[in-house]
Amino acid sequence: MKTYDEINEKIKKGDAVVLTTSEMKELVDELGPEKAAAEVDVVTTGTFGAMCSSGVFFNFGHSDPPIKMRRVWLNDVEAYTGIAAVDAYLGVTQPSETIENYGGGHVVEELVRGKEVELRAEGYATDCYPRKEIVTEISLEDVNQAIMLNPRNACQRYKAATNSSNRLLRTYMGTLLPNFGNVTFAGTGEISPLNNDPNYETIGIGSRIFLCGAKGYVIGEGTQHSPPFGTLMVKGNLKEMNKEYLRAAYFPGYGPTIFLGIGIPIPILNPNIAKATAIKNEDIETEIIDFGVSRREKPVIKRVSYAELISGSVEINGEEIRVSPLSSFYIAEKVMKELKKMIEKGEFLLSKPVERISRVRDLRPMRQREIKVVKSVMTSAVTIRPKTSIEVAAKLMIERSVNHIPVVDDEGKLVGIVTSWDVARAVASGKGEAVEEIMTRVVIVTYPDEPVDIAARKMERYNISALPVIDARRRVLGLVTSEDLSKLIAR
Amino acid sequence: MVLRLLLRFDSTSVKEPVLSTATLKTGALINILRAYVGARRGEILIDVSDDKVEEVKKVFDEFGVEVTELIEGIIKDEERCTHCGVCVSICPTRAISFNVEKKVVIDTEKCIHCGACIKVCPTNALSLPI
Repeated sequence: MKTYDEINEKIKKGDAVVLTTSEMKELVDELGPEKAAAEVDVVTTGTFGAMCSSGVFFNFGHSDPPIKMRRVWLNDVEAYTGIAAVDAYLGVTQPSETIENYGGGHVVEELVRGKEVELRAEGYATDCYPRKEIVTEISLEDVNQAIMLNPRNACQRYKAATNSSNRLLRTYMGTLLPNFGNVTFAGTGEISPLNNDPNYETIGIGSRIFLCGAKGYVIGEGTQHSPPFGTLMVKGNLKEMNKEYLRAAYFPGYGPTIFLGIGIPIPILNPNIAKATAIKNEDIETEIIDFGVSRREKPVIKRVSYAELISGSVEINGEEIRVSPLSSFYIAEKVMKELKKMIEKGEFLLSKPVERISRVRDLRPMRQREIKVVKSVMTSAVTIRPKTSIEVAAKLMIERSVNHIPVVDDEGKLVGIVTSWDVARAVASGKGEAVEEIMTRVVIVTYPDEPVDIAARKMERYNISALPVIDARRRVLGLVTSEDLSKLIAR
Repeated sequence: MVLRLLLRFDSTSVKEPVLSTATLKTGALINILRAYVGARRGEILIDVSDDKVEEVKKVFDEFGVEVTELIEGIIKDEERCTHCGVCVSICPTRAISFNVEKKVVIDTEKCIHCGACIKVCPTNALSLPI
């Protein structure tokens, strides 16, 4: 049994035995947790990956005459200003209003690299803050404070992603190739901080951590903290951060974010803690979920361990699928080695948490008034048979004032769709007699229980204005048009 | 040894059976890695064994096809690359992998310059050499 004070005394004298968690795993395998705990004082962990729930609180200092910033932009990336006059919070995923593939994360990186950014602000002129607008340049040196404060970082584990659909998806989990073309996962598994302290015995409120090269602190459990999917809220001084451990990122089709390096030292107070730091990738489980389904609840394709994910390929439906991490194991290892060095040199002392973070699993979906589904907005559809003449289809469109007619077979199953445009084109070219000659055969469809937002996104993506609503047996139940949806939005 | 050639066709040569003519005339086995046909120009990336390459080039010359030998693969900016590996599972020829240090490395010989990795890189670290 050791105390924080004893460990810190050793660190100050340069006598502390510090291992990275990778080294510790070998030692525990060799000596067992008791002997390893007696030998080792501190184990360092590390992670480096996209951490979207991050940002920086700034205090820009007061201009003359002063301004109460109602809105403020840094390189045209808007920061939140609903606080005091020249305080603002810049979130890393906020996109720039003018620069493509650029966002809050890029502003943060430029500042850490010592560059200047343009500050533009609007105010509303009060007796104490008469100024209405300002444009100037600022660097990290110019501002009073630049405090990185991240509501959710260092996720313990994360669900891996794949895509069963026939369309390439661009997501926050990277680019997912169609038909299970690849798998992506986040987190560094056995070297990631929270996996090495799964009961949150040493990582708690007030723990001193390595945050992008600076000394930072855990200030509580993070948002969406739900063990074993634990998360941390952390803070640190941006002015002390190192560009090696912080990198702006842009996920195509998703948006900007930032890669951050976080290392947490774990004091080996007793054999139980030593045992916990010996955790292996084989023992850390997660699920591969299907992003081909755009609902909140995504189907689980497979349960896997981090060892399988890290191996570079997993088997899905009998096929070997390649896997990409989204976290950098190279930089994560650099983080834990750098933190080890800092402790060995006596530059980094450990702090005892003043309070533990929650060990209760609790994750709720949003309380919603209702989820609007297609069923509630669809209209009945006029249908025709493939052999129906184009002329009859044209008459039907006029009589029923519709632009889309699903084409069905004898059993009422969808086989195609004709639009007023198809009919007009057929008339103009004088070609074709039956609708089957002019109908679109590959029909984009929706289902009665599909949320209207997803139906709307389909119409937008394929640039069409109506979707037949079908059941599991492809029988046509109705039609939903972009007009039906816009009425819903206008309401 | 295999040499990698990038062939650029203009609107005249794009209509000709250039590759099969080259094979029939020289007996060279040509492996097509990538082909693109646009409105005004086309591009084909091929592998040819080095003992036949001069003969094959002569045929391409006759058709007015521009030939560039590719030595480099996709270029990675080491300052920008974080070695996250998003590109690893995207590469169709498995040219991208991790080395023992867990750094992302590109095998130039396997790279077919398709550019798939360039589009997915979150730190904009990848680019085509030409």
